[in-house]
Amino acid sequence: MSAHAAETTFPPDSFYDTGEHHPQNGTMLGFWLYLMSDCLIFAVLFAMYGVVGANYAAGPGPKDLFDLGLVAVNTSMLLLSSITYGFAMLEMARGRQNAVLGWLAITGLFGLAFVGLELYEFNHFIHEGAGPQRSAFLSAFFALVGTHGLHVSFGIVWLAVLMVQVRKMGLTEPNRRRLACLSLFWHFLDVVWIGVFTFVYLMGVLR
Amino acid sequence: MSTADTEHAYDQRHVHSHHHPEGEAHGTFKGYMTGFILSVILTAIPFWLVMGDVLPSKQATVFIIMGFAVVQILVHMIYFLHMNTSSEGGWNMLALIFTLVLVVITLAGSLWVMFNMNDNMMPVSAHEMRNAP
Repeated sequence: MSAHAAETTFPPDSFYDTGEHHPQNGTMLGFWLYLMSDCLIFAVLFAMYGVVGANYAAGPGPKDLFDLGLVAVNTSMLLLSSITYGFAMLEMARGRQNAVLGWLAITGLFGLAFVGLELYEFNHFIHEGAGPQRSAFLSAFFALVGTHGLHVSFGIVWLAVLMVQVRKMGLTEPNRRRLACLSLFWHFLDVVWIGVFTFVYLMGVLR
Repeated sequence: MSTADTEHAYDQRHVHSHHHPEGEAHGTFKGYMTGFILSVILTAIPFWLVMGDVLPSKQATVFIIMGFAVVQILVHMIYFLHMNTSSEGGWNMLALIFTLVLVVITLAGSLWVMFNMNDNMMPVSAHEMRNAP
């Protein structure tokens, strides 16, 4: 289909990107670079956990604290939210606005369940006297897992804002770009979580 | 105008952006499902290994679950993040490789240096003091 044919059929205001340049490229690459810098933040937190993760200061260790059943449920929440966000992206490609909003809402609920379970876990630890000030191990644990949880929380805020945007303005080109950025962000957080449940929880209980 | 017509018109209007060779990669239903099923398997096995205390050797369990984590990260990169060598003209991959180099230096360097320091700075016992050269 030629651009010329399109121009005669549709109003000109929707044709700002028919030219050879494509605004999506720069944004997606830039957002990818942001994610890589975020990856370095997590690498440093992982390194810190690796260095001081065994310094319990005669306090509770991973074996006394971690409930792997809860972590497994938490992991499945994040995994399910990843696949439902994928479905939202597929519906976006088909231009079905209501289906996109529906899948985004489900993704948000899974995200909220994840953050809720994590807050429950943190609260439980602190009430048992295992707060971040108890030992180097717990400081590193709360810094690493907390930073991840904070990312997920901000992802949920971003998701809610985008749902309002899509509802008000539809699946316009800027909104599609924003949804694609959040998709990268959301799946990236799932990748970081793989590292967290493997290195912190599973290997912690093995130690 | 019916909904189907609207959607059709919308598709036509945006057809150029969907077939742009350098636009962001859209996944397929099959791709997402493949990634999801693989992730579920790759998550379930490490949890089973640790929670069920399946292997007698802890060392072996650690290596196996680390292997599963690496494979699962690759699965997520390919099926969910749609990484490939040609996205964004290769710049995505270049940035990723550069980041991985930095991550490896940060992690391996920190663990190595701090392990050695711990080893060498341990308080010396009275017995060791007496027998020091």
